[in-house]
Amino acid sequence: MTHHRRTVLGGLAAGSAAFAAPMVMAQGVPRVVVVGGGAGGATAARYLALESGGAVEVTLIEPSRSYFTCFFSNLYIGGLRDMQSLGHGYGTLAAEYGINVVHDWAVAVDRDARVVALASGASVPYDRLILSPGIDFKNGAVPGWDVTAQDDMPHAYRGGTQAELLKSQILAMPEGGTFAMIAPPDPYRCPPGPYERISMVATTLKAMNPRAKILIVDPKEGFSKQALFEEGWQRHYGGMIERIGPDFGGAAVSVDPAAMRIDIDGIVEDVDVCNVIPAQRAGRVAHEAGLTEGDWAPVNAADMSSRLDPAVHVLGDAAAQGDMPKSAFSANSQARVCASAVLGALTDARVFPAVYANTCWSLIAPDDGVKVGASYEATEEKIARVDGFISELGEDAETRADTYRESLGWYDEITADMFG
Amino acid sequence: MAENVTPRVRVPATATAGEVVTIKTLISHRMESGERRDEAGRRVPRSIIHRFVARFNGETVIDVAMEPAISTNPFFEFDARVPESGTMTFAWYDDDGSIYEEAREIVVE
Repeated sequence: MTHHRRTVLGGLAAGSAAFAAPMVMAQGVPRVVVVGGGAGGATAARYLALESGGAVEVTLIEPSRSYFTCFFSNLYIGGLRDMQSLGHGYGTLAAEYGINVVHDWAVAVDRDARVVALASGASVPYDRLILSPGIDFKNGAVPGWDVTAQDDMPHAYRGGTQAELLKSQILAMPEGGTFAMIAPPDPYRCPPGPYERISMVATTLKAMNPRAKILIVDPKEGFSKQALFEEGWQRHYGGMIERIGPDFGGAAVSVDPAAMRIDIDGIVEDVDVCNVIPAQRAGRVAHEAGLTEGDWAPVNAADMSSRLDPAVHVLGDAAAQGDMPKSAFSANSQARVCASAVLGALTDARVFPAVYANTCWSLIAPDDGVKVGASYEATEEKIARVDGFISELGEDAETRADTYRESLGWYDEITADMFG
Repeated sequence: MAENVTPRVRVPATATAGEVVTIKTLISHRMESGERRDEAGRRVPRSIIHRFVARFNGETVIDVAMEPAISTNPFFEFDARVPESGTMTFAWYDDDGSIYEEAREIVVE
């Protein structure tokens, strides 16, 4: 889709600024700044540019020049995708949608002056700000682990480099070695993600190192799609995977990255690879902006606006919105609602009622896909779950292969929705 | 001894005299049934833990015979009355002759 902002501007800008804009703007065209170019931010920026016809100016701030999706990175670990296929650039958003793509870190927000400060020292003014900064890890969440240890014990929970590192470590495991995962406490990005990862690690090990062992150390009593995963693990990888829940010290774990050792409530295990996925919180800029309560940024369900500042919206993993899981699908769904609301507030565009949806697909083994999903509505209190669905135990191979193919189609759709 | 076998037990450190406490045990073990075939079609030999015993101050609390149908990583949870301070011992008996043992003190206050 080709979209020339300047051409459209000539026809529309004067009209919308003179008659329609309900707010008094500092300059003629209202400015929307989007922080974070993932499933929330890139989608919001693209819809704003597309739907406004140039009636708003869109700036997207994202440090990565190539964005490697965290979703589907487990399939890379399982040998089913190459890393190249997960990388996306912002060139189309800049060239065809007229979005001002700024590759920099947003480090602070002056909400009184309505200015975003960048790491380079530059600053970007806004009339509306959309924050979609994703997650950060909580310091000290796993004793012994911090960012300096992430080359010995990778998190691989943001796309790209870390996933490549983790996979190289899995391939280098000694025969019969142990892969350990320290799973995160709720809430965190992609609830079935750690368990899909276990499945994909098992796929790789079953082919290359079948006597290897996989140990999950988990602070949670239960997890997303647990029955489906456990059934699949027994069927595909019988005996390879062991999960230590909180009953046996799963919430009392510390690590020694230099020694490649983990201590599960006093029982010490030597491991060959350790994937530490720490507890999470909203990306730093949301905290710097003073928009968080506790770990996350509370928002209104109708338009994803911050409960602490109506000129700022928070999307995706960083938002405390209610019942939706933190997923790319959710962030994309929230971004569409938010873009419509922002456009309605800044121009005379029609605002569509907030309707949200999510589906999380997981791959248990090649061609053995499962899914869970729901639709949601906006209430005063939160984004509230309306109804949902989940794959059934014991489905036939064809159903599971269909589910997997559906997820491949979704990947193509969401990345087109994000990057054009 | 089978590879990668780690017994784990959860026992309260203290109890009141006569209290019924909950004890949980988990042991990592493949529990190879002897019925499965490998990729070449050969039967994978049986290798399971066939007996689990818990004792308190030498007295048997439970003694379980285990069969090949029991799944990987056997988990047991049971209640026991604790009349006095003492030691709870646990033993898992492997087909290969290994015995995996654990012990925990319980102090009656």
